[in-house]
Amino acid sequence: MAGHAENVDTATAWGGGRSPFNATYGKMMMWFFLISDALTFGGFLIALGFAKASAESWPVADEVFFHFPGTHANLPLIYVALMTFILIVSSVTMVLAVEAGHRMDQKGVQKWLGWTVVGGLVFLGSQAWEWSTFIAGPDGILSTWTDNATLTNNPYSANGMNPDDVRYTNFFFFVTGFHGFHVFTGVLINFLVFLKVKKGVYQERGHYEMVEKVGLYWHFVDLVWVFVFTFFYLV
Amino acid sequence: MENRDDLIVNDSYATQSNHSEEEGKAIRKKIWQVTLLLSVLTTIEIIMGIYLSSRSASFWPVVKWSFIVMTVVKAFYIVWEFMHLGHEKKSLRRYIIIPYVFFIVYMIFLIIQEGFSVGEYT
Repeated sequence: MAGHAENVDTATAWGGGRSPFNATYGKMMMWFFLISDALTFGGFLIALGFAKASAESWPVADEVFFHFPGTHANLPLIYVALMTFILIVSSVTMVLAVEAGHRMDQKGVQKWLGWTVVGGLVFLGSQAWEWSTFIAGPDGILSTWTDNATLTNNPYSANGMNPDDVRYTNFFFFVTGFHGFHVFTGVLINFLVFLKVKKGVYQERGHYEMVEKVGLYWHFVDLVWVFVFTFFYLV
Repeated sequence: MENRDDLIVNDSYATQSNHSEEEGKAIRKKIWQVTLLLSVLTTIEIIMGIYLSSRSASFWPVVKWSFIVMTVVKAFYIVWEFMHLGHEKKSLRRYIIIPYVFFIVYMIFLIIQEGFSVGEYT
């Protein structure tokens, strides 16, 4: 969130020899990648919208996602809410790491980036539990494969929904799975950058732009989850 | 000089985004404000999500649209403040936002429209 000190003269910005956008090559390419990735996720979510709009009926999330570890109480959406908060918090620690980087505060970057990695790992663990609970189906037993949620079986078919309609489970696995894969790679990249921060590579370079670039990716993962949360679990 | 991808002007690096201790204080304050906003909106979404569903609420379209509005507000703050796009040059900002939003809104319109149409005839 630093204000850019240097003002670019628009008359000469496109004359060559400098970035007219006042951004480095790496940061531009990260934005380009994120736009294409956002189109992929957009495609997924719009396809989900098509399925919901064209289906006779669609399961209500409150009636599918009401489990919480360690209790049998009916707690709709509470677990997903927890996952959402974990991801938001890890996004905040990431932006704090970027801010510390702008002050060349190596210890600060190390601390906040470390917490970001932890947040990502907690989210992945939560998602593993979420998946196994979803797969187990309404009876909650994972070992009975005949009534489990799979790509070819939808045990959550709502009233009036064609029992052969497996789009609900398919969208669950593909949308949250693709997002989870992004979280996984994000954690991996954050961890590698964390190691380089610890070694003092960026301190020596004079700026922590690499933290900013992986930060963009990590915020994007949080951004996607905001939309997945709304369109898969709420609407 | 080795090849580096962190150059903005010929041989000057991206150090210009570094800031002082005082500036950092203001920025951190902004970060906490955005965090509070995101948390409050998420809490509202969750409470509404628990008590209102498409099965029970007769005013469901209102609920649905307020979910969508809150989501867009959250997305705006994540992109503008956390991803720093609101503080980039105007040309870069527009270059990233306008084509994406135009294309995706058009896609949503076309495909959801078709979805309702397909649903009607099956």
